[in-house]
This record gives sequence, C-alpha cells and structure tokens, in this order.
Amino acid sequence: MSLDARVVCSRGSLEVDVALAAEPGEVIAILGPNGAGKSTILRCLAGLLPLEDGHVQLDNVDLDRPTADVFVRPEHRSIGFVFQNYLLFPSMTALENVAFGLRARGMSARQARSQAAAWIERVGLTDHAAHLPSALSGGQAQRIALARAMATEPRLLLLDEPLAALDAGTRSEVRRELQHHLRTFHGVRILVTHDPLDAYALADRVVVLQAGKVVQQGTLTDVTARPKSRYVADLVGVNLVKGTASFGVLTTPSGATVQTSDDVNGAAFALIQPRSIALYRSPPDGSPRNVWATTVTDIDPRSHRVRLDGPIPLIAEVTVAALDALALQAGDQLWASVKASEITIYPA
Amino acid sequence: MPRQNRWRRPISQRPPWPAVVIAAVGIAFFALAFMGLLWKVPWASAWHVLSAAGSRKALRLSLVCSVWATVLAMFFGVPIAWLLARLDFPGRGIARALCTLSMVLPPVVAGIALFYALGRRGILGQYLDRWFGITLPFTTAGVVVAQTFVAMPFLILTVEAAFRQQDLQYEDAARTLGASRWYLFRRVTLPAIRPGLIAGGVLAWARALGEFGATITFAGNFPGRTQTMPLAIYLAAETNPEEALVLSLVLVAVSFGVLVALRDRYLQSRSTPAL
Repeated sequence: MSLDARVVCSRGSLEVDVALAAEPGEVIAILGPNGAGKSTILRCLAGLLPLEDGHVQLDNVDLDRPTADVFVRPEHRSIGFVFQNYLLFPSMTALENVAFGLRARGMSARQARSQAAAWIERVGLTDHAAHLPSALSGGQAQRIALARAMATEPRLLLLDEPLAALDAGTRSEVRRELQHHLRTFHGVRILVTHDPLDAYALADRVVVLQAGKVVQQGTLTDVTARPKSRYVADLVGVNLVKGTASFGVLTTPSGATVQTSDDVNGAAFALIQPRSIALYRSPPDGSPRNVWATTVTDIDPRSHRVRLDGPIPLIAEVTVAALDALALQAGDQLWASVKASEITIYPA
Repeated sequence: MPRQNRWRRPISQRPPWPAVVIAAVGIAFFALAFMGLLWKVPWASAWHVLSAAGSRKALRLSLVCSVWATVLAMFFGVPIAWLLARLDFPGRGIARALCTLSMVLPPVVAGIALFYALGRRGILGQYLDRWFGITLPFTTAGVVVAQTFVAMPFLILTVEAAFRQQDLQYEDAARTLGASRWYLFRRVTLPAIRPGLIAGGVLAWARALGEFGATITFAGNFPGRTQTMPLAIYLAAETNPEEALVLSLVLVAVSFGVLVALRDRYLQSRSTPAL
C-alpha cells in the first residue's frame, strides 16, 4: 500500500503545491504553522477538495488526476479520516458511529454492529458503546473517532491534528494509545500536526510545510538538527540566519555578515545556538569573532533568554549570574558575540 | 477586564421591566381573544352541536386534509429547501420569492390563481380533465391542493434555515466513511435538521388547518367534501352563532393541544458533542 501524490490546490491566497510519497506502512507527519495548507492536503487526499493539478495515486491507481479527468469521489476511496474535532455524529451512539462506515458500505446491521463492537473493545471503550458523543470525554471521543476511521479497514489513514483538541493532561496518554493503535494499522498513515512531540512519537518521517510548500523533509532528528525554516527553528529554539555564503562568510539580505569556520558557498543557513551567544556592555576586543551591536527588546527571566534586535535578530541564552551582572532592561544597548567555530552552516 | 464581565453576566439576574410589561400586554391580548370565545360558548348545547353529523364531518375533513397537505408540503418542500440552501444557481432569489409568494398573498388570490391553473379551463387543468379525467376544483383533493399551496412556504423557509445552520463537516465525515448521497442524507442530514423539519411541519399543518380563503375559492363549500372547519364556522357564524362558537372552540383546542404537545420537541435540538 503506497501513496504517491502531488497536491496542487489554492485556498484563498494560499497556493499549495506539495509532492508526497509514502512507502507501504509508512507514517508521515506533516508539520507546519497554522495556515500552511496542512489540512488542505488531507482534504485533497480524501477527495473532499478536488485537485487543480497534480495527482493522487494509491497503490498505483489514480484517485484524482485533473489532466486525465479522473476523480474518485471520497465515498469510493479506501480512506479513513480522523478529524481535528472528531465529528462524531451527535445523534448516534458510539457504537453506531463506529458501525456507520460498515453500514454505508452495505454490511448487514447485525454484522456491522458486532464488528463495531470489536473495534470499540480494541480501543477499550466497551462500557461507553451505548453513549452519545456528548457523554464522552475528549480522549474517549478521539478513540471512537479513530475506531470509526479504522473500522472500514482503509488503505490510507488521514489524521488531522488528532491530539490538538485534548488538554495537556490527557494528551500524552492518548498519544501513547494512538501510537499503539497506529502500529496495528498496515496502510499508509498521514498525520497533520503542529506539535513536534506528536511527530516524534507517531511518525517515521516529517514533512515541514510553509505557505503551501515543502521546506524540508526527513526524519525528525535530521530536520531539527538542521532546520531550514523559521518555524522549525522556533520549535527547536535556535537562531536561524538565511543568506548567501561565500567561503564560509554568510551575508544576509540586509547586508549583515556571519563568520563561520566551514567553507560553504551559495544559499545557506547559519544556525546559532542561543547558548553560544555572549553579551557585553562594551565592545569586546580581539579574536576572530562575530560581533553585532544590538538592542534588548525582551527578557524572559525563567528561560534566561534575551531577545535582541540588531543587524541580525537573535535570541541569546545567558546564565543567571550573567543576567544579574548585566542588570538588563529592555532598550539596553549590548554587544553580542559568537565564535565562528560555534556556528553551524549548511546549504539551503 | 471589568467591561467584558458586565456583558457576560447572565441576563436573568434583572429582567428589564419595559420588556416585561410590553410582553405581558401582548400575551394578555392573545389570552383575551380566547377568553372571549370561552366566555360566550353555550356549554349547555355544546354536546348537541358536536354530535351533529355535519360538524363531525367538517372536523374530520379538516384533520385529514391538513395532514395530507403537510405530507405533500414535506415531500416537495424539503427538496426545494435543500436546493435553495445548498445550490448556488442563477435565479435562486426569484425561485425563493416564487416559492414563498403564496404565504404573503391574500388566500383568496391564491385560490383564484389555482382556479385558473388547475380548474377545468386552467392552463394545466384542461389537460388533466381532457386526458386523465381529473378535476380538482370542488373536490376533497382540491382542498388538499389549496392547503398545500398556502402552507408549503412555511415549511420551506423553516427547513431552508435548518439546512443553512447545519455543520457541513459532518457530511464530509460521512463521505469519507463511504456514505452515498442518499445514505448520508438519511442518516446525517435528516437527523441534523430534524428540529427545523418538525417546526416547519407544525407551522405548515397549522396554516393548512386554518386555511379558508384559497379553499373556498378553489374547492367551494360542499359539506362532507370540501367544507372544512373554518368554512363550516364561517357559514355557521351567519346562520347559527352558537354552533360557530362551539366549532371555533374545538379548532382552538385541537390546535393548542398540538402546539403544546410538540413544543418541547421542536424547540429542542440535539446538541453537538461537547469537545
């Protein structure tokens, strides 16, 4: 069971153009900020939105290919969709919800009920089978939604922010369960999330999306080690500077330069760890370093992080002692310096 | 943010007295009208009037015709409402105006219009007569047609609003689960619009039950065949006021009973899951 797709679709001002390929049994997480087009991609894969160009191919069969005038309606695709707010039918019991897809596909009422009951048992909610969705907690509703989507044994399972509607307390528990249930599923699984913890726990590979385009993909470890988007850099909490490198000197579009000790040329990213930034009241002397004149805009005393504005906007992490010694206040003029050897530079 | 809190305070704490006074006067106005009726009803002869064959026939005819009219209004009205709510087609505004026109017209005008459309010499009626031998005017079927004509707009408007309020995401969910359009409509859409459907049905039924002008113009006033309660009451008011009062009371009682019985059902909607 493999998926091969290129989703081209515009939603308002957002132009989505994303190529996605999944090997049999692979779990892919689509990660990205709000409005990047994550849900749009899922809706296109499900057939709830038609493609404008590109294709969706599941097991070498076209489900959507506008150039060949092929479009398989969602009800005829072998998909399971777990929606962000679950969308359990409010007038049906949990059991009827799980049996819905089986009934819709023509299974007899009795057989559908017994299969649905088995699925509900698998997610551990047999006691709640007769309850209406309004009587279920968020975590229980999520499990019923998962059982409902998996009951028809689809070849492609789509999960749209499956944990976002849960409070922090239940989220880790439900995440563990989801991890367990997803492992028992053999088709392709695509998960949309904005939480790297979900991606880490549930996915083999992440695809980072920004403004409708893929900015990076790979294993979560690779992606976070060498972020290529502001979004991932912010998630990981590092400074990311984009520019053009020439013999290891990166020049930003605004003309600021970053000295590195690697010999990289062309479009590149420089990654600066907040810990590696040193702050001074007066210009530090000597040594081949990066020194920038900056202004303090914000201080977070809990994380000991200082937000600096200057030729390159930076976040610096200083020790408590340094924070006290400098007696920082917003508006203070400071010199920020980083050793060239502590900056990682890699091609964009 | 004290300002926001002030707006959030439940309004039940202090009912605004002008609204209460005005509402009370309005309710008294309704109650007074029916008290006038109760006050004048000749209770002694009531049973005699009710057991008369004529009035029983009129009541039965009224109930049968109004129920049929409601069924027809639902059969045609629900698809119309769906089209008006969901499909963006050219001339939708005109279609909506056309489908609700009979609600605004004086019923007599509706009756005359029906007569020239479905009467023996009407644009469609002449062929119904010539080819199928069907005549609608002055028949019980004609009563049902007249009542449907004036009652359906109430159903269309109410159900259209229900369709518009429906959360379409549930239909998406049903489609990903393999539901065909008809299965989806039956299992997801209908339950979602149920409160609107019941409310619209009750309104249409009530309008059909009270229908007078279109009925008498299109179907005439034949006891046992086209003479419904409102017609019988109108006739009796001229010749036998006591009978008119008793029949009116019956109509009021039946209508009031239905409205009270259905009130809880059609005002309550099943809530969406609390997430």
